[in-house]
Amino acid sequence: MENKNISRREFLKKMGLGVAATSVVAAACSDKKSENNSAIEIPKGKMTYRQNPKTKEKVSLLGYGMMRLPVVATNDDKNNGSARESDAPIDQEMVNKLVDFAIEHGVNYFDTSPAYCKGQSEKATGIALSRHKRSEYFIATKLSNFAPETWNYKSSVQMFQNSLKELQVDYVDYLLLHGVGMGSGMEEYNARYVNNGVLDYLLGQREKGIIRNLGFSFHGDVAVFDYLLSMHDKYKWDFVQIQMNYMDWHYAKQINPRNVNAEYLYGELSKRNIPVVIMEPLLGGRLVKMPDAIVKQMKQREPEYSVASWALRFLGTFDGVMTCLSGMTEMSHLQDNLHTLCPLKPLNNEEMNFLYSIAKTMVEMNTIPCNECQYCMPCPYGLDIPSIFTHYNRCIVEGNISQSTADENYKKARRAFLIGYDRKVPKLRQANMCTSCGECISHCPQRIAIPSELQRIDQYVEKIKQNTL
Amino acid sequence: MKHKTLKTIRVTLAVIFFTLITLLFLDFTGALNLYLGWIAKIQFLPALLALNFGVVLVLVALTLIFGRIYCSVICPLGVFQDIVAHINSIRHKNRYHYHKEMKILRYSVLVIFIIALVAGIGSLVALLAPYSSWGRMVQSLFQPIYIWINNFFAYIAQRMDSYAFYSQEVWIRSVSTFVIALISFLVIGIIAWKTGRGYCNSVCPVGTILSFLSRFSLLKINIDEDKCIHCDKCTKNCKASCINGKENFVDYSRCVVCGDCQSVCPKDAISYSFKKKKTVAKPSTSATENKVDESKRAFLLSATALASTTVFAQDKKKVDGGLAIIEEKKQYERTTQIVPPGAKSIKNLQQHCTGCQLCVSKCPNDVLRPSTDLMHLMQPVMSFEKGACRVECTACSSVCPTGAIQKISKEDKTAIQIGHAVWVKQNCIVVTDEHQCGNCARHCPSGAITMIPLHPDKDDTLMVPAVNENRCIGCGMCEYVCPSRPFAAIYVEGNAVHKTI
Repeated sequence: MENKNISRREFLKKMGLGVAATSVVAAACSDKKSENNSAIEIPKGKMTYRQNPKTKEKVSLLGYGMMRLPVVATNDDKNNGSARESDAPIDQEMVNKLVDFAIEHGVNYFDTSPAYCKGQSEKATGIALSRHKRSEYFIATKLSNFAPETWNYKSSVQMFQNSLKELQVDYVDYLLLHGVGMGSGMEEYNARYVNNGVLDYLLGQREKGIIRNLGFSFHGDVAVFDYLLSMHDKYKWDFVQIQMNYMDWHYAKQINPRNVNAEYLYGELSKRNIPVVIMEPLLGGRLVKMPDAIVKQMKQREPEYSVASWALRFLGTFDGVMTCLSGMTEMSHLQDNLHTLCPLKPLNNEEMNFLYSIAKTMVEMNTIPCNECQYCMPCPYGLDIPSIFTHYNRCIVEGNISQSTADENYKKARRAFLIGYDRKVPKLRQANMCTSCGECISHCPQRIAIPSELQRIDQYVEKIKQNTL
Repeated sequence: MKHKTLKTIRVTLAVIFFTLITLLFLDFTGALNLYLGWIAKIQFLPALLALNFGVVLVLVALTLIFGRIYCSVICPLGVFQDIVAHINSIRHKNRYHYHKEMKILRYSVLVIFIIALVAGIGSLVALLAPYSSWGRMVQSLFQPIYIWINNFFAYIAQRMDSYAFYSQEVWIRSVSTFVIALISFLVIGIIAWKTGRGYCNSVCPVGTILSFLSRFSLLKINIDEDKCIHCDKCTKNCKASCINGKENFVDYSRCVVCGDCQSVCPKDAISYSFKKKKTVAKPSTSATENKVDESKRAFLLSATALASTTVFAQDKKKVDGGLAIIEEKKQYERTTQIVPPGAKSIKNLQQHCTGCQLCVSKCPNDVLRPSTDLMHLMQPVMSFEKGACRVECTACSSVCPTGAIQKISKEDKTAIQIGHAVWVKQNCIVVTDEHQCGNCARHCPSGAITMIPLHPDKDDTLMVPAVNENRCIGCGMCEYVCPSRPFAAIYVEGNAVHKTI
């Protein structure tokens, strides 16, 4: 992104190079990654595997997260991305292609949920995987009974049965209680799984072999995490899914006092020898879009590897990590991750320290820890919360947040912020439309105080609009 | 040898003025206001209405010395007609012929215009004012195209990660004004295509006023009888139809000093000089020039939107992702219109505004739009569905050439009360949905809204806005950010006379 902030004159000059040249530049910008990867061959049969201590099965260190599936290309290229942001239908053909390529190169863990991609992910996953032998892949899905109407036994069981149907399977390999610790913590956990007998039902399904491994994914209130582990003797959790990466290792709590450092979560799990599944290894792409200076340092050390590779290698270095789920929307993402993990090159101590120092720098930048997971959406008042946060973060990383009107690059930064804001978020979906109704707060797995962060951004926007910063 | 000097100078100047003023109207970023704002202010009628006597005197002096060069150089509508006529003349040469001045039409339009001006019938004034006609055409018809091209650049820029261009929404601010602009473009365009300066010399009130002066101008087109061979070439090429080559007679009331006659004269018999030759001949009343049909103007954009108090559809969250549909906001029927700060009062705006749309084309917040009120059609009014009159913006006041919106500073603006907010209890989501909001209070730039308990006796914490009308400046921020749709729960009522707080 070296050509950002170019002046109008430069811009017109570049335009003058002609349509052909322009399209090449545009293509180069939008698809840098695949360009880098095209020269690299991804070896087959080199994938690093980790053993599940209970079933002894070998799980690929790279797991496929099916929550950012590609959509059919439309003219509206606002997000030109995955099915979570876009309203376009899932590009099933592309999903099949990605899954085939992944399996061919040793990926065998596929993670989905009835909630992903506006409820379309399981079906698409089922279609793609059913074209392969059932023994070639493990399916992980979740009991995503977030809505209070589904907190009863009947709806929850129905949700599970429906998952089997959508996935076209008669058993699932891994089933998770989805997002325990979210919302009101213990209270909500009990309402969703315990009081209504749903957990007992799932334990029964595990007895019958319909669920081969039972676990939970954790976000939020650490009391629920501690409680569930204290019940390990009773429930015998086969695995647990946590958010872990080199940012959250030491600094999750610093980024948000209500969160827990991954170091603690991982430590507790490895103490009990529970296999760990990692979600958000790249923090929804935030560990890919790094400030230029950091990218440079990484490239100096490993010129052949991507910025993202560092995050995966960090995780692979921990033996207790069974698999890392990456939501790979594009073939280039998949190829890059395969390139990193076929096979894994663990990090040494010095390299780990290098990442911790980067994490420290990043934390000091004060970005909003939004991973664009879209759980907060749809906002009842139409705001595009993740896009607002992403834009704000991007401006921080690119140095386009000013401290005062006296800043040297204030004018340029102001323009970049305001124009970029209108491009990324339509006016009526911007932060100033937040009513602070609080509907979103309980849904955020990162426990961001969304309304107050939106108001903070809005106040910043007001100040730079009025030039009173 | 043909003398083209006069024509060359005239064409060069006309092209410069025309391009600049058109650019001024096209530009939506406000970047050109500082450099080109003067060009709107030297227009005759705006200067007259702004009581800008300096400019008026200069224009009068120019006309007394050089003839109606105002019409052929400074007036954009005049140049527009020249361009249209020129295009037709490429294929059809020598197509004009002399006819007499249409005095009755000319003077009756002028009388109607003056009456309209005095009586404050803004829509008629706006319809006839030549500069405003052009402004309206550019704003309604050409600016959208300009913005679309800009948006294309913005799209490419976005792909290149550049902030050199940003995109802008294109929307029709008032259907009636758009249709009027389209019709006047077609009518004036067709008249120009067929008769050259027909509109200018038979309808335009500014043309008529200047014609009184141009009869006595020092410099004039003169035909040297000794050299003239009566070939009639000058007559056939006079787009003002004011040269009678047979009798070597020029009607100086209609001559706009374009120099076309001089450039076609084979004998070099026409000069632009001090020498006086003949006086004006008697006009005939025969021809009926195309007059713009008034009846077609009877539009009424009824803003009578039915109040369907739809409570916002709170989507039940089952799955992640997606955007809630945002219902479009509807315009309140305000008892008193809101006019921009600097207008002083509705009356002042209506008396001075010629409906040129320059302010509308410059409003970066989509607040200003042409009025749909029949008496004051095309004069600007404000509404806040798409944006609010932001405190830091004084774009309209800095460009208005007529004094309808007078120049104010940002500091002045914070103290000018153009209206005041009114809370509509039955629309407020705090009342209907029973959850906190307070977005109006958070965004009020003058701190005029405080939150007070909805049920002072009960224990709930629901707070509703209370407007301190004395501090409210009527900027509409509250109305714009109010989540209640289609009608906001807080809206601005205009002040007929602006107050200073």
